[in-house]
Amino acid sequence: MNRHLLSAADLSLDDATLILDTATEMAQVSDRTVKKLPTLRGRTVVNLFFEDSTRTKTSFELAAKRLSADVINFAAKGSSVSKGETLKDTALTLEAMGSDAVVIRHSWSGAPVNLARIIRGSVVNAGDGTHEHPTQALLDAFTMRQKLGRLEGLKVTIVGDILHSRVARSNVLLLKTLGAEVTLVAPPTLFPRGVDSWPAEVSYDLDAVLPKSDVVMMLRVQRERMGAAYFPSAREYSRRYGLDVDRVLALQDHTIVMHPGPMVRGMEIASEVADGLRSTIVDQVTNGVSVRMAVLYLLLGGSESAIGSAEA
Amino acid sequence: MTAASDRPVSGDLAAARPVLDAPALSRVVDRMAHELLEKNGGGADVVLLGIPTRGPHLAARLAARVLAFEGLTVPTGSLDVTLYRDDLRLKSPRALEETDLPADGIDGKLVVLVDDVLFSGRTVRAALDALADLGRPRAVQLAVLVDRGHRELPIRADYVGKNIPTSLRETIHVQLSETDGTDAVLLGPAGSAEPMRVAQP
Amino acid sequence: MSWVLKNVTLYGEGDPVDVALHEGVIAEIGHGLSADEELDATGCVLLPGLVDLHTHLREPGREDAETVDTGTQAAAVGGFTAVHAMANTEPVADTAGVVEQVWRLGQEHGHCDVFPVGAVTVGLAGKEMAELGTMADSAARVRIFSDDGKCVSDASLMRRALEYVKAFDGVIAQHAQEPRLTDGAQMNEGVNSSMLGLAGWPAVAEEAIIARDCLLTAHVGGRLHVCHISTAGSVELIRWAKGKGWDVTAEVTPHHLLLTDDCARTYDPTFKVNPPLRTQADVDALREALADGTIDAVATDHAPHALEDKETEWGAAAMGMTGLETALAVVVQTMVTTGRLTWRQVAQRMSETPARIGRLEGHGRPLAVGEPANVTLVDPGAAWVVDPAAMASRSRNTPFAGHHLPARVKATFLRGTLTAREGKPV
Ligand SMILES: [Zn+2]
Repeated sequence: MNRHLLSAADLSLDDATLILDTATEMAQVSDRTVKKLPTLRGRTVVNLFFEDSTRTKTSFELAAKRLSADVINFAAKGSSVSKGETLKDTALTLEAMGSDAVVIRHSWSGAPVNLARIIRGSVVNAGDGTHEHPTQALLDAFTMRQKLGRLEGLKVTIVGDILHSRVARSNVLLLKTLGAEVTLVAPPTLFPRGVDSWPAEVSYDLDAVLPKSDVVMMLRVQRERMGAAYFPSAREYSRRYGLDVDRVLALQDHTIVMHPGPMVRGMEIASEVADGLRSTIVDQVTNGVSVRMAVLYLLLGGSESAIGSAEA
Repeated sequence: MTAASDRPVSGDLAAARPVLDAPALSRVVDRMAHELLEKNGGGADVVLLGIPTRGPHLAARLAARVLAFEGLTVPTGSLDVTLYRDDLRLKSPRALEETDLPADGIDGKLVVLVDDVLFSGRTVRAALDALADLGRPRAVQLAVLVDRGHRELPIRADYVGKNIPTSLRETIHVQLSETDGTDAVLLGPAGSAEPMRVAQP
Repeated sequence: MSWVLKNVTLYGEGDPVDVALHEGVIAEIGHGLSADEELDATGCVLLPGLVDLHTHLREPGREDAETVDTGTQAAAVGGFTAVHAMANTEPVADTAGVVEQVWRLGQEHGHCDVFPVGAVTVGLAGKEMAELGTMADSAARVRIFSDDGKCVSDASLMRRALEYVKAFDGVIAQHAQEPRLTDGAQMNEGVNSSMLGLAGWPAVAEEAIIARDCLLTAHVGGRLHVCHISTAGSVELIRWAKGKGWDVTAEVTPHHLLLTDDCARTYDPTFKVNPPLRTQADVDALREALADGTIDAVATDHAPHALEDKETEWGAAAMGMTGLETALAVVVQTMVTTGRLTWRQVAQRMSETPARIGRLEGHGRPLAVGEPANVTLVDPGAAWVVDPAAMASRSRNTPFAGHHLPARVKATFLRGTLTAREGKPV
């Protein structure tokens, strides 16, 4: 039976904890001279990226290689992708190559679910449209636990374009499972209708939420959203929802500042904050590799997966 | 999959008979510590690396004896070999145990690997591979509480607490107070535990 | 050839009788009748042949998805004797030439009468009015005009269209979807879309257009038909407009009576449709409105799609689902077995009223001697499992695959000729 990591909701508390604990051990490998384990020797991992993302692709590639898996990078970006049969055809090609796992990034929400129905191997969602990005949520949780020592009861504030953010969706689901309390902050236009049913608090007032937060996670806000009248100007967005030097003064001493990247400096986060002592942005990148090693090991390392959902 | 499920459940133990009781186990560890000192001329530059789950506890016990006998503090650590095993594909992936090397590392040291049971030799093979990725010891030795035979690789122990000839279907249960609440080595009858699982050490 | 249907109940009412069909009409109703062919209809219900206001036959242009031939065979299997073929073909049915071609193809194949719907605007582009009068005067005698698939969103153009078709008793069938509120929309906007990360198609985008169009209809004294209403709010608006005495009718699809946007959680594009599947509260309101007559008719919005247009990512997939062969069974499941509709009311909502809206002659007529022998024989006790591979439609995109449905069409007659029997076209 093959299993997949398609949504953060696929992970039980035990699953998520196992991944984070495994990642802690994997992190040691990155500190060694020989940064390689023989664990996935003979296994093939395909990076199937229908959307550009050098950082995520590199992170998965490094993770797979540190576990000695063979890695095939399959860049499927291009105009033909929007044509229906491509995903299926690509999937069948990968199947024929004997891939054991496919790491997929796609601009359409749900594409990893569709892929998982077609192929025999495991599917790892590396970000699909505005749906989910479960390994990002895992590395965020890992970083929070590393910096603050726990997840249970942590007050996590996620600020920015919740409507279009797969990072927000995965974080809300995973952090709920892990016992943290999430507050989402954005202008009302950048919340999806239906957000009131999410396991998170909703606020339009960043300044009211910041002093209570243990973690502040800033999300990228694309300037093109202005064109669709989600907010009037970058300056106004930044004034009301940006994390600037003054707002950081309102934080508790231990509070950390996170960002999944890529950042829009001066928009949602000031450079001084992004590069400041509270910032975990670099740690998040490092931890990404460890967490993805853990996911690949637990999905592929044995006769059957130890984590994830059996259904697509 | 948790580490706990690698241990025999108590129901298996009802049919098992003791081979070493607590006092005997203690005497065996004493002797192993003496042999270690004798063989290595006092034990300077020795590092004791236990293989989880019970190896690190045995390593700590050996270190305590060395300290008591010679006043020498021997660095200890723990070396998880799960990611180096050759039997990973035979079951669901396992939770990893801690790998914790002494601060001074293992380069140029005499590393003594410590495990509870020596059986096929595959765990030791994995440990040797892991060591090679972690540094370059001057030499590597092996200490086991029980050698039950049936080697599948050309590996032998430098220090053996007790040789216990077994059949392949029989099972060895090592219990330590740190992990099991009591000290004992039990020999279980054929089929008293899943043979696959016991074959791993 | 003449037929006699033995032991059938008309509209599911009264004692069983025999019904003889001869020379295109219902020749006799009585007992102990005989004819060339006899069909044992014990336990079955006889209805006037079903009339669909909203069918996509795809020909011309997408014959890989459906043709007039295969689509009308599917219609016959589903108990229909008349379908209205939507105008969004390639080329668009915006001229007399195209509507006459579709009409003739229907006549040639003979499985089911085909009444083409004319486009309201040239090329469905929403800019210039098509030659509505010429289509009305053509051999296809078009009475329903629709840009379905697209909304006539320009208020001025909609007003003029509603006014203009009064000259030939036409009706504008509006696909109510405010385009600016549904840019890139993928599914109902709500709890599920928020979690699935699919762009929302809000109820208000349908309701805003319906409200506007009702007011325009009242203003110009025109006739408006609202296609596939899908929300509780739309029901309220139609109820309000009817209360005012305005000439507004509305249809609902079988899938909006049964399915909700929970189906989208699978990301299976079979469930991608326009307007989208809504919430259970909407489903409940639609059923109630169909029962109390606020919604006049059931229309299938049968929208066949080639496999490659559906076997893909949700966002890239085409919108629409097939429905001709399952429509009656879904209506029975949602409305009849639940006690909301009698068989006579089913006849109204699936035959008589649609025929009246389309100004059809010879369809939706009473089951009486001398009337055209367009009839559908239904076995209410024949439960079945929907198998896409067994369908007469060229396409397989039914959302009901694997569903156990009650009631099956046992036979369909078009002017006395058997066109389908036991799920197979004749
Ligand atoms: Zn439509």
